[in-house]
Amino acid sequence: MVKGDIKNREAFLDKIADNLGRARKTSGVERPRWSNQVQWSVLKDHTEDQLVDVLEKQCDFIHTDLVRTNQSNLNQAIRDVIKGWNGKNVVTWDDPRFTTFGLTNQFKSWNEEDGITVNQWDASSGEESIRLAEKADVGITFSDITLAESGTVVLFSDQGKGRSVSLLPATYIAIVPKSTLVPRMSQATREIHQRVESGERISSCVNFITGPSNSADIEMNLVVGVHGPIKATYIVVEDR
Amino acid sequence: MPMHIGEKEFTNRVDKGLGDDFMRGAVRSAQGRLQSNRAGAAEELGDWDQWRDLGQEIRSHTMENLDFYLQQLSEKVAERGGHVYFAETADDANQYVSEVIAKKNAKKIAKSKSMVTEEIALNDILEENGCEVVETDLGEYILQIDDNDPPSHIVAPALHKNKEQIRDVFKEKLGYTNTEKPEELTLFAREQLRKEFLSADVGITGCNFAVAESGSFALVTNEGNARMVSTLPKTQITVMGMERIVPTWEELDVLVSLLTRAAVGQKLTSYVTALTGPKDEDEVDGPEEFHLVIVDNGRSKMLGSEFQEALHCIRCAACINVCPVYRHVGGHAYGSIYPGPIGAVITPLLGGYDDYKELPYASSLCGACTEVCPVKIPLHEQLITHRRNIVEEEKKSGLAERLVMQGFSRVTRSSKLFNVATKMAPFLVTPFVEDGSIVKGPGPIKPWTNIRDLPVPQKERFRDWFKTREKGGTGHGQG
Ligand code: SF4
Repeated sequence: MVKGDIKNREAFLDKIADNLGRARKTSGVERPRWSNQVQWSVLKDHTEDQLVDVLEKQCDFIHTDLVRTNQSNLNQAIRDVIKGWNGKNVVTWDDPRFTTFGLTNQFKSWNEEDGITVNQWDASSGEESIRLAEKADVGITFSDITLAESGTVVLFSDQGKGRSVSLLPATYIAIVPKSTLVPRMSQATREIHQRVESGERISSCVNFITGPSNSADIEMNLVVGVHGPIKATYIVVEDR
Repeated sequence: MPMHIGEKEFTNRVDKGLGDDFMRGAVRSAQGRLQSNRAGAAEELGDWDQWRDLGQEIRSHTMENLDFYLQQLSEKVAERGGHVYFAETADDANQYVSEVIAKKNAKKIAKSKSMVTEEIALNDILEENGCEVVETDLGEYILQIDDNDPPSHIVAPALHKNKEQIRDVFKEKLGYTNTEKPEELTLFAREQLRKEFLSADVGITGCNFAVAESGSFALVTNEGNARMVSTLPKTQITVMGMERIVPTWEELDVLVSLLTRAAVGQKLTSYVTALTGPKDEDEVDGPEEFHLVIVDNGRSKMLGSEFQEALHCIRCAACINVCPVYRHVGGHAYGSIYPGPIGAVITPLLGGYDDYKELPYASSLCGACTEVCPVKIPLHEQLITHRRNIVEEEKKSGLAERLVMQGFSRVTRSSKLFNVATKMAPFLVTPFVEDGSIVKGPGPIKPWTNIRDLPVPQKERFRDWFKTREKGGTGHGQG
């Protein structure tokens, strides 16, 4: 990747140092040890099952349905949600987990039995994949990390994991493997921080998604469904 | 004055606000709701005060080392192929953005809500250059469609409009034919704006927090428009105030948690989107080209000054939601895009005392703002410091504080509801009363009572006190 330009930096930063009454600092600044670690005590000793309970409760507040299932019933659970929404056009990530969880080879029967068309995000088709996502009425992704406290699925973008899949369709399903559950945002951001520290390249887009889009801009009345999905369902699946 | 909105005269703006019953009702109920949401969320989180301490500590460390963290941020953005422009003034920022847009030959720009681009009046410049600029945040969109009516609240910019007014605006400008139901209005806006997202050449966003260690930046939203703006257009420009930065992702967690709770009482908003550079080469959606514009525009003056802590602000609007004076006069009365207590602190710093010297007086000094601020900015003390500075600066003219006080006393005189505004003060100061005057105040009120004894609002209303002060006679001792 070609390095980008940086313009007007030195004078700008010199002025900051000047006003702070010291010389420029260009290296050697370390974060101090913060005087408390209060974020780490939230849901600290919760087991995975307890975290699912917390997640389920939180889903009530964020206008999101939660379905619990196991691997053998996952296919049916997803189909039921889609049918409940009258969905016909589905777009999914190109994510190996669709195969691991035994879904990919079911898509044909979705079509034959229920008339549901499934398109997989296909980076090689370029703009066409965005157009397909725009036309779809259901978007499905897996959750990469799931935050129990806030009811949030964390999605890391990459070639097969387009940003549009969880954004453009009017309804959205997140498949939540139970093993992805953590107490709160702190665990997810620490993981990303550790990746940065070890020199790993982080995704160009990390989305923390908490239910469907909403707005209270008209007389402070909450309206669910603005630019992103209008409805959302999390399907929690036992994976170990 | 880019930051300026509405009528030039503070008192005219205030009179207008006081005359608008819907606006005041809306402000009151919004304040009430946001405030109780915030209180609920804070309580549920537990240890709220420790969270605030942590927030304050992080902000303070970051400001003390701002040059270092901005340098790190710019390096990391560039490593990921993004371009960084440091803009000392509003003009510099606007010019750079204009150049990028001209180079792209872009005609349509989709924007998501951003206070800093309002501050530098970026839209005006882009429109002068012949671009079509679409505000995509629902509240901002409504305002824009209504011939650029200015925003009145940081979190809920169209707070002063009711749904019938919005329906009429949509009908008149866009041929809307449905009812005033918020759901129908919203669905209509969704359809209108979807077309705009898909056809926009450039997306412009603000930035809630940049993350120095990785060159990332986070957008905290509910509607999803910021995701659209950063997913569909081929070029993305992000404009950030230079203070909106954290060292690492771990601090991002703490500040986002404080922001969403303090702003709207949510554990997290629907979307927290953290972007790093342009899209990867093998990805399809996301911008091919990314520019980060870091804006000073007067902020560096606050560094090293008695107002440095004002830069800790994370724009949650909690101080606005508890402010009795804001409740009373509404956002437009402040004449600045930054209203409420924080607006009264930073607007005179960014725009100068000449134009904004009344603002530090638009406060009843009840201390509620300081109490709720998630990063513990001593808003109160800062307002008092402003007042002292203004008095100092104007002493020579002889008119001094009197003129300014007079300006504000007109507000208080003309207001039937000022009783409400002072409601909180008795609660806070009663234990310190002797013979009807406050002899020493707790916390925030103290510096003020060092100058003069305050009357007890319960017994003698604030505006009566002002009235008698103006005439020159009062039993409360003038400082
Ligand atoms: S001053 Fe504090 S309470 Fe007010 S907007 Fe800023 S962070 Fe929020």
